Amino acid sequence: MEWSFLLVQALSGLASASSLFVIASGLTIVFGVTRIVNFAHGSFYMLGAYLAVTIVPWLLEFDRSPTLFFVGVLASALVVGLLGVAMEMLLLRRIYRVPELFQLLATFGVVLIVQDLVQLAWGPMDIPGPRAPGLRHGVTILDQRFPAYELFLIVVGPAVLALLWLLMHRTRFGVLIRAATQDREMVGALGVNQAMLFTGTLFLGAALAGLGGALQIPRISANAHMDLSVITEAFVVTVIGGMGSVPGAFIAALLIGLLQAFGVLIFPKITLVLVFLLMAAVLVVKPWGLLGRPEAAAGRAVLPEGILDPGRMDWAGKVLAVVALAVMLALPLIDAYAVKVGTEVLIFALAAVSLNFLVGNGGIVSFGHAAYFGLGAYGAGLLVVKAGLPMEPALIAAPIAGGLAAALFGFFVVRLSGIYLAMLTMAFAQIAYAVVFQWVEVTGGDNGLVGVWPSHWAASREVYHYLTAVLTLAAIVFLRRVIHAPFGATLRAARDSAQRADAIGIDVRMHRWLGFTLAGAAAGLAGGLYAFSKGSIDPTLLGIPMSVDFLSMILLGGIQSVLGPVAGAAAFHSLKDFFLPLTDHWRLLLGLSIIAMVLVFPRGLAGAFASLRRRPA
Amino acid sequence: MTLLAVEGLTKRFGGVLAAKSVSFALDEGEMLAIIGPNGAGKSTTFNMVGGQLRPDGGSVMLAGKDVTGLPSRALCRMGVGRTFQVAQTFLSFSVLGNVQMALLAHHGQTRQLLSDAAVMHRDAALALLDRVGMAAQAGRPIGELAYGDVKRVELAIALAAAPRLLLMDEPTAGMAPSERTALMALVAGIARAERIGVLFTEHDMDAVFAHADRILVLVRGEIIARGSPEEVRADPEVQRVYLGHSGTRAAGRARRPVHG
Repeated sequence: MEWSFLLVQALSGLASASSLFVIASGLTIVFGVTRIVNFAHGSFYMLGAYLAVTIVPWLLEFDRSPTLFFVGVLASALVVGLLGVAMEMLLLRRIYRVPELFQLLATFGVVLIVQDLVQLAWGPMDIPGPRAPGLRHGVTILDQRFPAYELFLIVVGPAVLALLWLLMHRTRFGVLIRAATQDREMVGALGVNQAMLFTGTLFLGAALAGLGGALQIPRISANAHMDLSVITEAFVVTVIGGMGSVPGAFIAALLIGLLQAFGVLIFPKITLVLVFLLMAAVLVVKPWGLLGRPEAAAGRAVLPEGILDPGRMDWAGKVLAVVALAVMLALPLIDAYAVKVGTEVLIFALAAVSLNFLVGNGGIVSFGHAAYFGLGAYGAGLLVVKAGLPMEPALIAAPIAGGLAAALFGFFVVRLSGIYLAMLTMAFAQIAYAVVFQWVEVTGGDNGLVGVWPSHWAASREVYHYLTAVLTLAAIVFLRRVIHAPFGATLRAARDSAQRADAIGIDVRMHRWLGFTLAGAAAGLAGGLYAFSKGSIDPTLLGIPMSVDFLSMILLGGIQSVLGPVAGAAAFHSLKDFFLPLTDHWRLLLGLSIIAMVLVFPRGLAGAFASLRRRPA
Repeated sequence: MTLLAVEGLTKRFGGVLAAKSVSFALDEGEMLAIIGPNGAGKSTTFNMVGGQLRPDGGSVMLAGKDVTGLPSRALCRMGVGRTFQVAQTFLSFSVLGNVQMALLAHHGQTRQLLSDAAVMHRDAALALLDRVGMAAQAGRPIGELAYGDVKRVELAIALAAAPRLLLMDEPTAGMAPSERTALMALVAGIARAERIGVLFTEHDMDAVFAHADRILVLVRGEIIARGSPEEVRADPEVQRVYLGHSGTRAAGRARRPVHG
């Protein structure tokens, strides 16, 4: 290989790293001060790009000068910064004190809303941006052509780092940001105007995301998938760099940019796997990232959020369970469509219960549970389509696939806690998604695979419904039993006080790992059943929206209860099934509903049911 | 017989030498107090013995076995129970459930998937609660208890593992004075009856001089005095750097119960 080629490859890696840093720096600053991981950071990035492809061409109409191009880019960033202010004032300041699961979900609600609003405003088509005047040419480096704009981008990252350093060390606002990152309580106790500080921080963070997006327009068209693709990379950068650390984000962005640039030469298809290996390696050696500091456990909620007491089913609960069971079994008497929806409700109920086994019972907030659901579906589907095996062994393979993936990812996941853990689960899920998406020869890529049909005896909708009912209900009853068993109690104990659990001789990490694996296997079984009910598999089964659907189900059902997620899954899926054909704005509706649930209804259906019953007649 | 032998324990945090070659021994059934001003290295020493901190140098021997640097879950299985400065309990459990959980862990049953945890070790847990005077509260959520009662439950949790050695980091911190005396008397009674060695740190001089068999005085990471309460109380160096006037009065006021 020629040196000049390697050099150009390195330069293009540096350009990506630089762009990535600009975005990730905003995310890490916002996290440092507010302790909220802002999912909508990707939305700000996307908005920056869309605004820039609107503003910049308009400005260039007046004069095709480099100055106006950059004025347009900066203006886009400032507008996005103001949107960040709006988000802080309308939403974030209401949720600083709620558990992190709810914070993540609420900011994801914003992601969904922005997705729909962007489509309303700009339409579904990708919008290419103008190239930057004065930087449109290529530069010849050792006989290789290299775009001048990319060279410019390489400079942007260090420039932003330098400006941030000046801001952090030479201004009062910056000093307060650093102080709050180290000890938020203390800054509050010193009488600093926290509202202003947080609003200002959101302005800065959002503007950086917007800047990152606006700078991309000569390279990529503004499109509706930018938000989630960039947020994953930004999460990985902040996790590797250490959350809250700007220099850490810079180092991590460099590592990842170069790794991708050179990794593509060696393993063209699996650059994401390399990123995964890098992240895993860093987290094993330094669980808080390269320059991160351990999260202080102090100042957390007094009571653990989740299942407080698994309790026994009383007569009302039993009646409810029997009625629900009878309805499920009687669905074939109604019509084929009811059977289809009923089958899906059962499958999602198992997925939701398995997720709440982690979240509610174990305090392990997994934001990537769809990975195990989806890998179970692919495990089963591939055996049928590629290996020609019948349904029965494929359904055995599904929980094994989900369980193995959960065991592999969980090995790293259980080393962390809280928000770090949530981000890591999501990053792993995105990596699984990317592998399924990119490995076209085996998985069919974006299109997925068709022909995942049940065996002959189970081919009718009704029989398959009953098969699903038997398997999912058995699995749900089993998980409920485990929650009441010593293993489930041990996970709750470790959630309540890891220190006390350790002191009475419990290997907390090992139990959490086993719990993660068990939940992954249950989700895998649900995924396998889903594949046969659809007859096909595709990557959306592993996507973030699927994970968020599961989380919405347990939130709707109530994470404090053992079987609430079953009700949540039934309600969520029925509503989605009903509204999806009626509206073009399902995501807007869902986003608003999630935020509403977090703000006014945080204990879910089961919580509402319980308080209704506790009220004197 | 020597239960715990600590030899040359050293811990450095950056430029600070938090513990400098700390050595001491503890016999079965003996109560040994570590006292000293804030920042003297009490908690550091304590956490090195308890497995929360890995020492930079030195060794910890438990009944003749080297346990230096073992995590606290391993120490628990070797008979070391522990209470914390801020009581650590399982907040979502009942009082009884907390002790049952400790018994499940002690019996190595935490990986059982199908048995019903609520009915396991009920009687043994009630008996333990009875010993700390908390049996009447067994059914209540632990979050509802007064702090002094939580500390008693924490003692029952620690006793569930049938320890030979109890590590108690400021057992009476945050408690009302009347509760303190009662708790220390309870600990002393159990320790002597069952030949459990107790290592504790404490700021309350009444508690220390009333119940400790021997006292170590730690200042800036070093042991400056050791001996019986009478010897430590009389030590002019201890009076100068730590006890001062009121402390010496408290030490003189405290009456050690006579025991065999």
